[in-house]
Amino acid sequence: MSEEDVTIVKTTTWSAGPGCHGNCGVLAHVRDGKVIKVEGDPEHPWNQGRVCPRLLAMPQYMYHPDRLQFPQKRVGKRGENKWERISWDEAYDLIEKRMNEIKAEHGPESMVFLQGTGRDIGGWISMLAYAYGSPNWVFGLSGISCYTPRLMVMWLTQGDFCVGDAAQWHTKRYDDPDYKIPESITMWGQNLPASCPDGFFSHWYVDLMKKGSELVVIDPRCTWLASRAKIWLQIRPGTDGALALAYLNVIINEKLYDEGYVQKWTNAHHLVRVDGVKPLLLRESDLRAGGSASNFVVWDQTADAPAVWLSDQQAYDRENVAPAFDDEYDVLLTDGTRVNCKTVWRMFRERVAPYTPEKAEEITWAPARDIAAAARMYAKSKPAILHWGLPIDTIQTTVPTAQAINHLWCLTGNLDNPGGNVIARYPNSVVTYPYNSGGGVMSLSPEMHAKRIGTWKYPALRDFRAWAHPDIMLEQVFSEDPYPVKGMWIQTANPLACTGLDPAKWLAAMEKLDFTVCVDLFMTPTAMMADLVLPAATFLEKDSLKGWWVPLQAIKKVVTVGECKSDIEINMEMARRFNPEFPWKKPQEMFDTILKNADAGMTYQELCDKTWVLPEKGHPSAPYFRYEKGLLREDGKPGFKTPSGKIELFSSWLEKWELDPLPFYEEPPYSPVSTPDLYKEYPLILTTGRRSVASYHSEHRQVPWLREIDPDAILEIHPQTARELDICHGETVWIENQFGKCKRVAAVTPAIHPKVVMAPHGWWMPEQEGSSPHLFGIWDVNINQLIPMDHHGASGLGCLAKSILCKVYKMEGK
Amino acid sequence: MSENGILVDYTYCTGCSACEVACKQEYGRKAGAVGGVKVMELMHELPGGKLDITYYPVFTKVCSLCAPRVKKGLKPACVIHCMANVLTYGPAEELASISFKKRKSVLWKGGE
Repeated sequence: MSEEDVTIVKTTTWSAGPGCHGNCGVLAHVRDGKVIKVEGDPEHPWNQGRVCPRLLAMPQYMYHPDRLQFPQKRVGKRGENKWERISWDEAYDLIEKRMNEIKAEHGPESMVFLQGTGRDIGGWISMLAYAYGSPNWVFGLSGISCYTPRLMVMWLTQGDFCVGDAAQWHTKRYDDPDYKIPESITMWGQNLPASCPDGFFSHWYVDLMKKGSELVVIDPRCTWLASRAKIWLQIRPGTDGALALAYLNVIINEKLYDEGYVQKWTNAHHLVRVDGVKPLLLRESDLRAGGSASNFVVWDQTADAPAVWLSDQQAYDRENVAPAFDDEYDVLLTDGTRVNCKTVWRMFRERVAPYTPEKAEEITWAPARDIAAAARMYAKSKPAILHWGLPIDTIQTTVPTAQAINHLWCLTGNLDNPGGNVIARYPNSVVTYPYNSGGGVMSLSPEMHAKRIGTWKYPALRDFRAWAHPDIMLEQVFSEDPYPVKGMWIQTANPLACTGLDPAKWLAAMEKLDFTVCVDLFMTPTAMMADLVLPAATFLEKDSLKGWWVPLQAIKKVVTVGECKSDIEINMEMARRFNPEFPWKKPQEMFDTILKNADAGMTYQELCDKTWVLPEKGHPSAPYFRYEKGLLREDGKPGFKTPSGKIELFSSWLEKWELDPLPFYEEPPYSPVSTPDLYKEYPLILTTGRRSVASYHSEHRQVPWLREIDPDAILEIHPQTARELDICHGETVWIENQFGKCKRVAAVTPAIHPKVVMAPHGWWMPEQEGSSPHLFGIWDVNINQLIPMDHHGASGLGCLAKSILCKVYKMEGK
Repeated sequence: MSENGILVDYTYCTGCSACEVACKQEYGRKAGAVGGVKVMELMHELPGGKLDITYYPVFTKVCSLCAPRVKKGLKPACVIHCMANVLTYGPAEELASISFKKRKSVLWKGGE
């Protein structure tokens, strides 16, 4: 190839493309308007030239013969695979007409906007939903079980999100003088080298391992990381909550927590009245007529009397208060009654007391001595990262489990410290959502917000983020109660193969709806069932911006493929049609507004010129120790952005939502313990969701360079279990439970526990027949047929994707 | 000119396959056809029951140590993209002296 003909464009990733949540710097090699090669950008601090197989396979992905390249309208029956090519204008006209009909007949709330995992889509699909007038922006995984539960728990406990600090905020990375190499990294439920989830790069911890960080790995499977760990806890799927409580038990009983930190920064001193059915934080309004319900109460040992913590002033109502830490008192209330109150610390200590390592061994199957050793190692390492994964979201008790884990960094002071869990804010305060749940450029009326599906049942949804509830939405398609759902805009989502538990129910819903649009890059099983399919662009074919978590960066359009358009362009055109007051004509104008509103000090073009920007030291979006410097709260006082200004070990938000304000453990609803009779029939624990470097969720199965790495829809099964069931490696087997069954290729491996089987999710077979009822083989391989919807915690969050029962048997007999 | 090679510090290879696909992309090799490098997995139980998983990038006879890239002053495609930074390209003698200091590594040299 002639060098002169090739232009190299510096850009950054986000999906569509590699599928992940990474921020890799990329060099796109372009010749004659075509990307001929992609490489990692060695100058980008995030990946320093490294990139994954999915990114390296971009040319095969972009120019795949099956790539959708023009809008298509269904001309046969739904799913019949009969399409007519139409122009973009015809497509836009048709969508406008049909969606306006739904709006006129049923109201805008009857149209839902469904996305998959959070890539370069959330901002633009919510923008369209709001411009159209609907509050129903939905992520399709049951119980919103992907990062939302962990994000919510972090937000309600310490007012901000946090992530493991791999020096990603520093241009010089590990060499930055402010950075410290963590002594230990606890990997809780994630095989990080296989994916780049949650705004994280897969191999940063490998960098840190080389620099001396020791590992603890908590995983039902022996991953490469687990085999390299000092301690590997092979727990029973879904029992993370019991393990976290045992960690807390060891750390509290052995006084391994940072007492000064806990006393200064948490609400450990606040009094909780325990006279009623539920424990409640004591408020100034309980104590004094006219007192504020936003102020909390401590027992002042100096005066031997209650003192009030003034939340808005971040101070007590008098000098020299010495608050009691671990005690209980009878407190006289304004109504003349005297109630027994305990400090939060005592409540918390009593809650974790039963969860000794021995008790946790019974529940989790991990040895008690290893549990205690792992807890000690975490607490004694200074600093220590605790990195958690999706298994904390995809269990029914996601909220209390996430809370128990979150409390670990709060007790050990590993929060916003170098090499600990660092507070993660949007870089330079740029939230790349024209609508965002914190109050953005666009909004809806309170009346319309009140119609957001599920908010009437789960108050947590009202106060945190802007999702409608997926399970209630799906049910509402059939029940039409309290109002009908008639149309679905599906974008970067594939519920029939991936996000949808109980896919038959999703199929029935798609068949019942009046109108469905699917925006995607390939004809997926879900797109096959739509009325209209629009071709979306990859990240190399669009202009966009990203700020999650760092850097803030530009995604630059390098080439055009067919008639594909970016999700942003498509949604902006529709938003303009539905809302005459929609403020922007071109994506770049909107990006400029987003940057200007955040006071980012640059235009979109300037961001493109820089490609990426890290927030400067001292900015509220840059570490460290921001709670000491008054950089977290709007009033500029030291403390946290929580109702009390403290890290809330006993959560006032959970109390407000009538949920248990302290962490707790509950068995998975279908388990050897919960359903022993069922366990006799289904003697294996089915867990799903294992990641592969060769695919991201349901993507990439059609890309040859990737499919050859991971060719089959497998079921991981232990050699001993396989022997007992007369199953050979490579043999196709049935997996079945009371909800359904599917077929998988047995992958016999000692990496999995003998009583657990792992079925990777997201499988469909692009090479097989696509028309209904085949739908690319989903009824053979989709593991979600064994997992029902509608199994959440009391919060409305969580699902059963990580822990349910099943049996496995040979194809020819039962 | 001294002989060049690739040093594999396989202790930290995570088996991510970036080297395999980097090679396939660089030379337009078809899926199913052999590339310049293949990652092998060894999973074995250690005495005491602990499982060990080790990945080894193995260079095939197709590998030319990226001669066309090296001619242009570039490093081999697998080396620049290795996610775990376990591949080092350079004069074989220098790599041999680095290898000598490591507990576990393999040095590959080009040619027959």
